[in-house]
Amino acid sequence: MPWSSYPSSHEAPPVVRGEPCSRIAGFLFISGLVLVSSFLLSAAPQKRLAVYSVAANYFLPVMQRANHDYVALLELLDPLGRVNAKLDGRRWRIRYNNVEGEFIAGQNRARIQGRVADLSSLFLIENGRGLVPVASLSSLLPRFLGGPVTVHEDSGRIFIGSIATHFTASLAAGIPPRLVFNFSSPVSPSVSTEPGKVHISFTREPVVAPASSTLTFGSNIISSATYSESNGLAEITVNTSAPLMPSFGDNGRTLTLTPASAASQASSPAPSSPPSAAARPAANSPANSPPSPPSATSPSSYPSAPRRYFAVVDPSHGGDDRGEALSSTLLEKDVTLALARRLRQELENRGISTLMLRESDANLSSDQRAVLANTNHPAIYIALHVASGGHGIRLYTALLPYGNGDNGLFRSWSNAQSSFLSVSQGAAASISAELQKQQASVRIVTAPLRPLNNVTAAAVAIELAPAGSDLAQLTSADYQQLIANAVATAIAATRDKLGATP
Amino acid sequence: MIPRHLVIAVAVLLMIVLGMAVYVWQMRGRAAAVPVATSDARPLTPPSAGPTEQLTLFVAYDDPGILRAQSARIPLPAGRQQRAEELLRALLALYLDKSSPHAIGVGAEVRSVYLVDPGLAVIDLNAAFADTHRSGVLVEELTVASLIRTLSANIPGILKVKILVDGKERDSLAGHADLSDFYDVSAVNQLAIQLQSVP
Repeated sequence: MPWSSYPSSHEAPPVVRGEPCSRIAGFLFISGLVLVSSFLLSAAPQKRLAVYSVAANYFLPVMQRANHDYVALLELLDPLGRVNAKLDGRRWRIRYNNVEGEFIAGQNRARIQGRVADLSSLFLIENGRGLVPVASLSSLLPRFLGGPVTVHEDSGRIFIGSIATHFTASLAAGIPPRLVFNFSSPVSPSVSTEPGKVHISFTREPVVAPASSTLTFGSNIISSATYSESNGLAEITVNTSAPLMPSFGDNGRTLTLTPASAASQASSPAPSSPPSAAARPAANSPANSPPSPPSATSPSSYPSAPRRYFAVVDPSHGGDDRGEALSSTLLEKDVTLALARRLRQELENRGISTLMLRESDANLSSDQRAVLANTNHPAIYIALHVASGGHGIRLYTALLPYGNGDNGLFRSWSNAQSSFLSVSQGAAASISAELQKQQASVRIVTAPLRPLNNVTAAAVAIELAPAGSDLAQLTSADYQQLIANAVATAIAATRDKLGATP
Repeated sequence: MIPRHLVIAVAVLLMIVLGMAVYVWQMRGRAAAVPVATSDARPLTPPSAGPTEQLTLFVAYDDPGILRAQSARIPLPAGRQQRAEELLRALLALYLDKSSPHAIGVGAEVRSVYLVDPGLAVIDLNAAFADTHRSGVLVEELTVASLIRTLSANIPGILKVKILVDGKERDSLAGHADLSDFYDVSAVNQLAIQLQSVP
């Protein structure tokens, strides 16, 4: 049965014969459109602001109003904490965590926590969004964030806290010489070459300038390197008389540029490399190994990255999200937090560095949980849930949504877990085996449960239900300890399978 | 001096206007006298009747936390979309029953099911369904798997399913089961197999 039908018509559409002058007008109009479009396309790229913080690194568009650069304050603070704003006539009030600010459209004065803050130009409201001048961010942001903020106004880069990545560059002895960059934190720049130059671009890393923006090496082959930053990007340009091959080492902390002839001798047979190839540190690549070209990076392989914590423990729910009301006085969010504390203690007792995503009754969206987990590059992510229904323990791995969603090198957020599903299932099986040793009733199933499908590591959710019918067991120290012990033992036993050492 | 024919024309037009005014006044009185029904209970679609069909419903059982395939005979309309709606309503009738193995809130219902080529089914639940649903990973997952597996088992050609609440997207059913993405029917079928085994 057809779900839709189309009217059938055998009549030819009427032909409209335009006057010659209207044809000319139409031609001129279309030509004008083409000209304007080509002008717009060739115009300068959109100005943007890069924000670097422990929570997230991100870009924001910069808007030009009356020859001043502006940025939307709500969007700027949103990834950093809990923020909301309210427009009341010309007054725009914003609340970031516990800090309140009040701005008035058309005025260059604001109040933050009751104290006056001067703006370098007028505060603007556009479509309900409050726009503040970029030049005022160095004074505004510390008041909201309560910590040091460094603003590179000219290049559109903001560093929140002590997050900057410093680097040194030195010429390693040898014939021919190699240029070695040492970074204070792992980096993943794109490297491109052109005759006489190698460009190392940092889009996501808070790399900052060395003491001098130009470094000279006194070599005929690699003469100098220049640091520059603009429009939210940092770039090191190396001046060279020979083609250089980049290679990463020390988990992304070292970048070595080697003259191509030496590189090919060191790794024979030599891999062919296009003249302008983007390079990224390959997963677990040894130092001085040649970089993989972009085409070799499959969606299932992820670049190696710094591991701050081996395990991330996520006490689900929190804040306004209470989870299940287990009884009139017992909420899921409180029980998950207590269980998470026990699990962290047990993991750390076994030498496993552990990050808990919330330590208090904090609001965290599932996307924020995934971002926090992913940016710490753990070997395993463990979400904790508690339920009154059913018995025993349920272990869940991700039920991935429809479609792959990957687009070339861009990975789908909804299916980010796909490459890690087998290792997640392995981790769940290990935890299940350990729990069964403790005579616990365990079951493993997949579940459509965020953020499991967004996590780029082994990801398991544990739902704890009472072993019998007594809900009080959920808060029992013995029961929670038994679960925490078993889970930590299983993770410690499989740490080699899960990834690198903690 | 005004021409005579113009005077006659204006007079005729005035008479017509007056006549229309009187007619409208009478019609207004009649309309006011007709009692207005407070609610229109007239059926829009014929009730499902006629020969019954053998179907498989995947019914959630909370106690062991499983899905069970159950045969049922219910009358189904001819249209594919109407069949899908009746199918899920039959499933919900089981859950709304006093002896339900997987109780859902009073007033919960399936508003509509839309079948969109190629292979997409959109299940639109009402707000009461989600607002009164019990919270928990397993209990929510059982509901979602039960709806999708029942639909895909009886309506061939469905590859993905989207669940809306009151016609709008919702993050989760009751805090756990994700509703923000399209469910992959083959993955849910695999899940249903896992859920059919007694722990």
